[in-house]
Amino acid sequence: MRVTLRIKRFNPEKDEKPWWGEYEVDVEPNDQLLDALHKVKWYQDGTLTLRRSCAHGICGSDAMVVNGRNRLACKVLMKDLGKKVTVEPIRGLPVIKDLVVDMEPFFAKYRAIKPYLINNDPPPEGRERLQSPADRERFDDTTKCILCACCTTSCPSFWANGDYVGPAAIVQAHRFIFDSRDQATAERLDIMNDMMGVWRCRTVFNCVECCPREINITKAIGDVKKAILEGGVR
Amino acid sequence: MIYHKHDAVIVGAGGAGLMAALYASKEVNVGVISKLYPTRSHTGTAQGGIGAALGNLEEDHWEWHAFDTIKGGDYLVDQDAAEIMCRDAVGIVLELEHMGLPFDRTPDGKISQRPFGGHTNNVTKQPVRRACHAADRTGHMILQTLYQQCIKNNVQFYDEFQFMDLLVNEGRVVGCVAYEIKTGELHVFHAKAVFFATGGWGRLWNVTSNAHSLTGDAPAVMLRKGYPLEDMEFFQFHPTGIYKMGILITEGVRGEGGVLINGLGERFMARYAPTLKDLASRDVISRAIYLEIAAGRGINGQDYVYLDVRPETVNRYFDEDGKKNPDGTPRRITAADIEKKLPDIADFCRTYLGVDPVKQPMPIQPTAHYAMGGIPTDVDGRVIVDVDNSVLPGAYAAGEVACVSVHGANRLGTNSLVDLVVFGKRGGIAMAQYCKQVDYGPLPPNPEAETRRQLDALLSRTSGTSAAAIRRSMQDVMMRNVGVFRTEKLLTEALEKIRDLKHQYQNVYVADKGKRFNTDLLEAWELGCMLDLAEVTALCALNRTESRGGHARDDYPKRDDVNWLKHTMIFKQGDNYRIGYKPVVITKYQPMERVY
Repeated sequence: MRVTLRIKRFNPEKDEKPWWGEYEVDVEPNDQLLDALHKVKWYQDGTLTLRRSCAHGICGSDAMVVNGRNRLACKVLMKDLGKKVTVEPIRGLPVIKDLVVDMEPFFAKYRAIKPYLINNDPPPEGRERLQSPADRERFDDTTKCILCACCTTSCPSFWANGDYVGPAAIVQAHRFIFDSRDQATAERLDIMNDMMGVWRCRTVFNCVECCPREINITKAIGDVKKAILEGGVR
Repeated sequence: MIYHKHDAVIVGAGGAGLMAALYASKEVNVGVISKLYPTRSHTGTAQGGIGAALGNLEEDHWEWHAFDTIKGGDYLVDQDAAEIMCRDAVGIVLELEHMGLPFDRTPDGKISQRPFGGHTNNVTKQPVRRACHAADRTGHMILQTLYQQCIKNNVQFYDEFQFMDLLVNEGRVVGCVAYEIKTGELHVFHAKAVFFATGGWGRLWNVTSNAHSLTGDAPAVMLRKGYPLEDMEFFQFHPTGIYKMGILITEGVRGEGGVLINGLGERFMARYAPTLKDLASRDVISRAIYLEIAAGRGINGQDYVYLDVRPETVNRYFDEDGKKNPDGTPRRITAADIEKKLPDIADFCRTYLGVDPVKQPMPIQPTAHYAMGGIPTDVDGRVIVDVDNSVLPGAYAAGEVACVSVHGANRLGTNSLVDLVVFGKRGGIAMAQYCKQVDYGPLPPNPEAETRRQLDALLSRTSGTSAAAIRRSMQDVMMRNVGVFRTEKLLTEALEKIRDLKHQYQNVYVADKGKRFNTDLLEAWELGCMLDLAEVTALCALNRTESRGGHARDDYPKRDDVNWLKHTMIFKQGDNYRIGYKPVVITKYQPMERVY
C-alpha cells in the first residue's frame, strides 16, 4: 500500500525553522513505521535523520510522535496508522536534527534518583541475597523500563516545567524503593518528595497510554506518593 | 580535532564493555566510548537467561556446564577457556545479584533457573535447569544493572561516539580515534590500552535478530590493520526467528516446553535429536528446520515452521516425554504461566504477528544471530596477533566481538551472557594491571589522518551508488549463499558477488554532507566494514572443507578431526588474504561424535 509520511524536519546547520517534508512510500501492512522511515532515508532522502537500533521495541532508541502520540517507530505497524502519517520529534527536549533530540536532560533526571541498588551490608558469602517471589513481584512492572522517554515527553507537567523529574525517573525510583534488598528508601523518597518530584504528577495518564512496555506508570507514581505519605514502604 | 587522555579506553557499552569498565575503573582512569547510549546496546535484547551451575533447583556442576559448552561447540572450543568461563560463571551470577539484578526467584528465595538448549545433566543426559533468568528480559536486566553500577562508580562515558581507528605506535596500542556523532568532530583518545566490546555483525545477513548497529566496525578495522580474525566461518543461525522479520523468539520458550511443528503437524525434532529433541543445540535445530522445509514439510509448503507453546500442546508432550517437577508430580504449564514467564515474547507475537502465542503457534525461521569468531584473545582478554599466541600490547577484547574461543563452532544458548560478564571482568582487570605497569606511548604524527581520509572520500563524491542498494545485495547473497547450508559453488558465487559489491562501494554516494548527526555518512562507513567481514566470512567458509557446528557444507557433510580440528586465522595482506591455523586447546574432553 502507498502511504504519505509527513515528517517534521529541522537541521539547525541550515534551516532557520522547522519544515514539513512529505514522502510517498510503498509499504506492506505489517511493516513497522521504522521500515517506512528507512525507505525514505535509504531511497529518497539520505539526510533524514533518526535514531534506531534493535528494531523490536527493546533498546528504546526510536521514540517519536506519530500521529500525535508518542510511539517507538519499530513497535507500530503501518496498517494501524492510516494512509497519511505524521511524524515529529518527541517534545520537551531540544532538537538536534529532524527526529533526533538531545537526551542528556532526560538522562540527568534518571541519574538524579540514584538509579542503583544501595545496600551497605556485605553480601552473603557464596550465595545470593534471598528475596521471596512476592517481594520480587512488587517491583516487577517497573523493571521493564527501557528509558525511551516516551512517557516523560508526553507529560503536560513536564512540558510546563522542564525541571519536573518526570515519569521515567519516578518509574526508575520505584524499581529501587520497592526492592526489598535496597536500603536507601528514605533517601529516594526525599528526592521524590521534592517540589519537582512526584507531586507534579497530575494523573493525566498520557504516560500509561504511550508506554511501549505497558508499564502502569501512574500506579507506580501512586505507590511512591503513598510511600511518602506513610513515611516508608509498607 | 579534540584530544583526550585516559589510561584505558573501552569501545562499546554493552555487557562486556560495562563489566570491563566497572573493574578497570576501580584501578585506573577509564573512558567508555559507544556509538549508542549505553542502555541501547544489544545485550539488552538477550532474553532467556544466563547459564551458571548454581544447582538451585536440581543437581548441577560447573564441569557439566563446561562439557556441554565444549560438546555444543563441536569440539572447536578451547577447553581451558571453557573451564574458566563455566567455573567463574557461578560466582559472577551471584555478583550480579549482589549488584541488584532482579532475577526471578524460587519459592525459597533463590535465583530461579530454567532448562535451555544443550545444557544437560551429564549423567542422565536430560535437560538441566541452569539458565538463571529474569522473565524473558535477562539481558535487559544485566545491561541495566551494569549501567547502574557504572553510574554509581562515576565511570566516564562518551555517548554517541563512533569508533573509527585504533592507534598503534612502536608495536603497542597508544589510543584510538572516534567521531562525535552530534557534532561531526574527530576526537583522538591518547591511551595506554583500548578494549573492544563492540558486539557482533549480524547485519551482514538480511534475516537477523541483530540490531542495525551491529556492523562489525572494530574487527573490520583490526583486519585492515593486518591483525587476524579467528574462526570467521562460524556464524550462528538461531532456529527461532519470527518469520521474515528475524526478531528472536528465545530458546526459553522451548525451555518452558514449547515444541517445533512441521506442516504435517509432526514434532520433527524427535527424529533429529531423539534425547534432547527441541532442546538440542541451535545448529542442529536450524539445520533440521531447513531440511524439513527443503522436503516440502514447511507450513503449507512454505519456508517456515511453527513454534508451538500453547498449553494443550506443551502438556501433551510433557506427558509423552514423562516430564516431572522436582517433587515428582507431572510437569504442567498454563496460559498464565506463559504470560508470566515469557511476557516479552507474548508481546512480540501480538505486536508483530498478530498472533496470541497461548492460542496460536508462531511462524518461525532460522535467523542470523551470533558470531562465534572474531578478534582472537587469550583468557584475560589480551588480543592475539598470530598463530603462536603473541599479544598486541595494550589491545583487549571481550564479548561477541572476541574469540577466546569458548563457543567453538556453535554457541550454546545463555553462554553469550556468561562470556561477556566473565571475560569482560577478566579483561578489565588484566587491562588495569597493564595500565599500571606502563607509561603512555607517543602518539603517531597526525593520528586522525587515516580517519579523515576515509570520511573525506565518502563525503567528496557528488554522485554514485547508494549504500542501501549495496547493503541489500550483500545481505541477500549472504543469506542465500553463506547461510545454514553451504557448498563450494554457493560460496564461490558469494565471493564473486561480494567482491563486485566492494568494487561498487568504491563509488558509494553519501547525500548528507553536514557535520551534525550525519547518520547517512556513518551508515556508508559501516557498510565498508560489513563488506570486509562478508568477504572473509565467505573465504573462511570456502576454505574449511568439513562440516562442524554452525558451518555445514553440503559437499563435505562430515566433521573431519584429522584435518580440521584447528582454528582458522585470517590475515589481510595488501589486497589479498592469508589463512593460518591455531591448534584447539584440549584439556580432558576428547573429541567424540556429537549426538543429542
